[in-house]
Amino acid sequence: MRYEAPETLDAAVGLLAGESGRAQVLAGGTDVLVQIHTDRVNPDLIVDIKKIAELRTVANNDGAWSFGAAVTGKELMDNADFNAAWPGIMDGVHLIGSVQVRGRASVGGNLCNASPAADSVPPMIAARAIATVVGPNGTREVPVEDIAIGPGKTSLEKGEFVVSFQLPKRAPNSGDAYLRFTPRTEMDIAVVGCAVNLTLDNSGTCTDARVSLGAVAARALVVDDAAKALIGTKVDDAAMDALSAAASAACSPIDDKRGTIEYRTEVAGVLAQRAAAIALERAKS
Amino acid sequence: MAKQHVTTTVNGDAVELLCDQTQTLLDILRDELDMKGTKEGCGTGDCGACSVTMDGVLVCSCLVLGVEANGKSVETIEGMAEGEELHPLQQKFIDHIALQCGICTPGLLVASKALLEENPDPTESEIRYWLAGNLCRCTGYHKIIEAVQDAAAEMRGN
Amino acid sequence: MGRAPSPFATKIPYEKKDLKIVGGNPTARGDAVDKVTGRARYASDITLPGQLIGRVLRSPHARANIRSIDISAAEALPGVKAIVTKDDFPDMAVEHAASGELMVNFRDVTRNMMARENVLYDGHPVAAVAATSDAIAREALTLIKVDYEVLPHVIDVRDAMKDDAPILHEDQFTKGVEPKPTKPSNIAARMESKLGDIDKGFEQAEIIIEREFNTKPVHQGYIEPQASVANYTEGGLAEVWTGTQGHFVFRAQIAKLLEMDMSKVKVIPTELGGGFGGKNNVYLEPLAVMLSKKGKRPVKMVMDRDEVFRATGPTSGTNVKVKMGCTKDGRITAAQAELNYQSGAYAGSSLPLATITVFTRYDLENVSVIGHDVTTNRPKVAAYRAPGAPMVAFGVETVIDEMARECGIDAIDFRLLNAAKEGTQTHFGPKLGPIGYIQTLERAQAHAHTKEKLGPNQGRGVATGFWFTLGAETSATVNIGEDGTATLIFGTVDVTGGSRSAFAMIVAEELGIPFEKVRTMSGDTSALGFNFMTAGSRGTAAGSMAAVTATRKAIARMCEIAARKWEVEPDEVVWEDGKARPAGANVGDFAPMTVAELAKEASWFGGTIAGHAEINVAQGGPGFGTHVVDVEVDRRTGAVKILRYTLIQDAGKAIYPEFIEGQFQGGAVQGIGTALNEEYIYNDKGVLENAGFLDYRIPVASDVPFINTEIVEVPNPDHPYGVRGIGEVPIIPPLPAIANAIHDAVGVRMRDHPMSPPKVLKALKDQMIEDAAGQGTAAE
Repeated sequence: MRYEAPETLDAAVGLLAGESGRAQVLAGGTDVLVQIHTDRVNPDLIVDIKKIAELRTVANNDGAWSFGAAVTGKELMDNADFNAAWPGIMDGVHLIGSVQVRGRASVGGNLCNASPAADSVPPMIAARAIATVVGPNGTREVPVEDIAIGPGKTSLEKGEFVVSFQLPKRAPNSGDAYLRFTPRTEMDIAVVGCAVNLTLDNSGTCTDARVSLGAVAARALVVDDAAKALIGTKVDDAAMDALSAAASAACSPIDDKRGTIEYRTEVAGVLAQRAAAIALERAKS
Repeated sequence: MAKQHVTTTVNGDAVELLCDQTQTLLDILRDELDMKGTKEGCGTGDCGACSVTMDGVLVCSCLVLGVEANGKSVETIEGMAEGEELHPLQQKFIDHIALQCGICTPGLLVASKALLEENPDPTESEIRYWLAGNLCRCTGYHKIIEAVQDAAAEMRGN
Repeated sequence: MGRAPSPFATKIPYEKKDLKIVGGNPTARGDAVDKVTGRARYASDITLPGQLIGRVLRSPHARANIRSIDISAAEALPGVKAIVTKDDFPDMAVEHAASGELMVNFRDVTRNMMARENVLYDGHPVAAVAATSDAIAREALTLIKVDYEVLPHVIDVRDAMKDDAPILHEDQFTKGVEPKPTKPSNIAARMESKLGDIDKGFEQAEIIIEREFNTKPVHQGYIEPQASVANYTEGGLAEVWTGTQGHFVFRAQIAKLLEMDMSKVKVIPTELGGGFGGKNNVYLEPLAVMLSKKGKRPVKMVMDRDEVFRATGPTSGTNVKVKMGCTKDGRITAAQAELNYQSGAYAGSSLPLATITVFTRYDLENVSVIGHDVTTNRPKVAAYRAPGAPMVAFGVETVIDEMARECGIDAIDFRLLNAAKEGTQTHFGPKLGPIGYIQTLERAQAHAHTKEKLGPNQGRGVATGFWFTLGAETSATVNIGEDGTATLIFGTVDVTGGSRSAFAMIVAEELGIPFEKVRTMSGDTSALGFNFMTAGSRGTAAGSMAAVTATRKAIARMCEIAARKWEVEPDEVVWEDGKARPAGANVGDFAPMTVAELAKEASWFGGTIAGHAEINVAQGGPGFGTHVVDVEVDRRTGAVKILRYTLIQDAGKAIYPEFIEGQFQGGAVQGIGTALNEEYIYNDKGVLENAGFLDYRIPVASDVPFINTEIVEVPNPDHPYGVRGIGEVPIIPPLPAIANAIHDAVGVRMRDHPMSPPKVLKALKDQMIEDAAGQGTAAE
């Protein structure tokens, strides 16, 4: 296995596109090293992208945040302003692994590892995050929900990798939240995850909403029906019932060692309501 | 495959070595530098026994490639005591019987030290959630939490 | 178990006296500084010059015949120095021996160590390689070609007992059944234990409760994977550094498996990173020795975490049926249980121990216990802290909870009404001596915990546990240095880190010298007489008997020195308060002599001062505990949160009280993990799906609260310091206590383990459906 740590985007693209064997992008390594250790992947080339400046910066462009795909969970957690703007995304980041894992793990890696249960993905989707992807054919913008296409699979072409994420400017009276269900309080993979992002008008009516579910399908879902259940309402009990029904209906989970179909479907509805309640509180404050 | 040359600092000492690209930081600490204090409990970042800090950030050394330590500063359990004097956390762990078999202890001490450097006055809940990445099977965590609370108080000068 | 008690076993009567050191909490613990600085040496920290790295090739199939193994490509890989398969190990005849609390059969031990005709579980070793690096060893494994004939497998104990189950062993016929069966079976043995007349007991009952329970296997979950370093030297000697709970038993097993003299095998126990019964069995050691012999260099072998889960021994998965009867005023009249325990690929589960402990907290007249030991395609089970007991406690303590409620009697009062006490006849033979069970119940009742108010969806549960204390062979040596300081060489492996300090406290107490003047050292197999496995809660209890015996012999020698110096008879010298003194004024006016003074003169008066003990300690006093737990159940997700936990246990006499608290807390949290989330999950191919700490979920720090503990002291009459074993009782009550608390909180009875959120949620939903149906019919 060879190891390279290029310092520019072009150099990285060149290495990845030019590798005849299997090339693996390395950001935090908290998934890649586990996969190497358990013989799930056997790369011929590791391309460490952490030395490339665009991958590591966090910026606020007049209210529109952007951050590099290799920024660590800890770096995001230490950014008080980002935490205040996007608490729902940070709910997800806070839940990745342990303190040790968050010291290295990145949202880019969490997304591109393409586990349907990744914790930062549903709130990034709910936030309408856009991924900037660079490759041999140049740069393109991809909504984050279109990056993962199935367990362990992304829509990225050979030589491509995610450079950074762009978030929209936040409308006033907006709030987002992410909750997941795990059997232990920490250190678990989500059995179900739900993110809700909503905006209220001055009368407290929801004018915009976006709901994303994790771990209940081959990839994180955008649940339009769940959003519709909230839009135009004051997020009252009736809206909450419709929300949880829509969330459960959108699930197409599998039975596996972490949860059954029945359980995931049921709890998806419960978490949708609880996440919406938190997002609502944050939107009002 | 030719080995990679790595220059790094471990517990303040400059270190130079050759390693395979597949070796983790845990591997080079234990096998190349003969520093056995950092332990391997799982190799997959689930147990925290291999905890070290790298450039001041708490990490699992089994999740860092050895070559990634190039140019960085690594702190392990062996660097925690100041000469003959134990760090307050080390002393409190002994005083409170926060260790039995001791295999998880180096990782827990490194993690606890990182906690108190970031948050000198943590609540019980904050301690438990911070240390959730360090598994212990012998103590049930009770005396570990008490030891961290006591060390934090002493370090604050209470 | 399975070892009859010897009439020559050592008992030393309890001596009630004022203690200066024992019962304190020394901070100058012998092991602690090295552990907090990373200097303590565990097995994988041992490195020998020129060592090779060994790795094991394991079956990916749950059950298969091995048609052939081709190692030629692996042998040709540069850097590979030795390969072993079954051809390198002699076959073994049927022969049983004790290995901790479970028995082993050498015919099976060699097959578990290295498969011979067939593989019987995912992870079963089929070959092992030693190479100049870990990477080369791993690559060599991929080059070994094994031709498997995959066969149908069976995982669950109930499935394995069915007539049409795939049979693991064609030569296994159920023992304990008359007439002897002619068809082979997965049921290796049937056991029975009876007292009184069970049918009469049920006739007398006004309330009868009959329930069935199922539990999954759980693993000890020690954080240190198995590791061994072996060096086969030119003279045909083997030295083995390994993490073990019993190096003498390991020596015997290694010697037998490799057909070597025991005197040619030396086992050095390294600092242990957790065992809990799981390190009572050899896995890597004989492989490492043979690889070292063939490779002519030391060999180091360390298991990966997934190998630990797949191929070392978890507990049994079980199916337990409990039927109990009582009168309306709460007197138990009948207690019956059927225990179906899976033993893994080879026979020999903890069934005999479960049979002993199932009802032994209660004073009963009519008892019937039937058990089956069942082989299945899983790793051979090993002991796990009170092996066999949590599963039966799950059944019995929740049935008792139901009976108490039916009678309208408080859970603790019901147990007090039926409590075992001194003189109670057990159903498995002996009568109980003085015990502290009732005291633990009364202290639980009085504890502030039981006064705490409970909110919605919160509930409180109680359960109790019993475990015995093994005695067995124990040897130790005390040497007094010329400066009057003492060294204790002990052979009961200190699995917790605290036993060696307990020993030092006792030696210091006996000698009348400060704790800091006693050094303890773990002796390898060449340094001491035989020591049995540290198992059955015997570590401090039996180890301290040998320490006392050895120290008193050293004291006798010191009295002899004084007698020679004073020119009086030996029986005219007594040892008091750390000094040799004349027995009376008539003996003479001699100044008392300290240990240091006697040590200075010892050589002239015949030789240096030492004492050694090689004794067989009688079975120790049993321990009892009562646990109280408060939980909160999230009705919408089934998640169970532990709010409060209190445990009270009889330690006989607490040598090192704060350490004992730590043992209580650790055992309770293991029990909480067992109760809520730990289980082995197999797929339909019989392959283990959760062989790692991510999906084998042991409790993390944020999962549990502080654990309140109280120590009761009813001294063991057969131990000079009154010590009882304490290590195993704490893990028994959590599973049923939490089940009872869940019922108290939300009204559902959990009988399927673990009580994980999906199961609790399903139970709640089934309950809602039942309630609705009930209301529906009532309305009609």
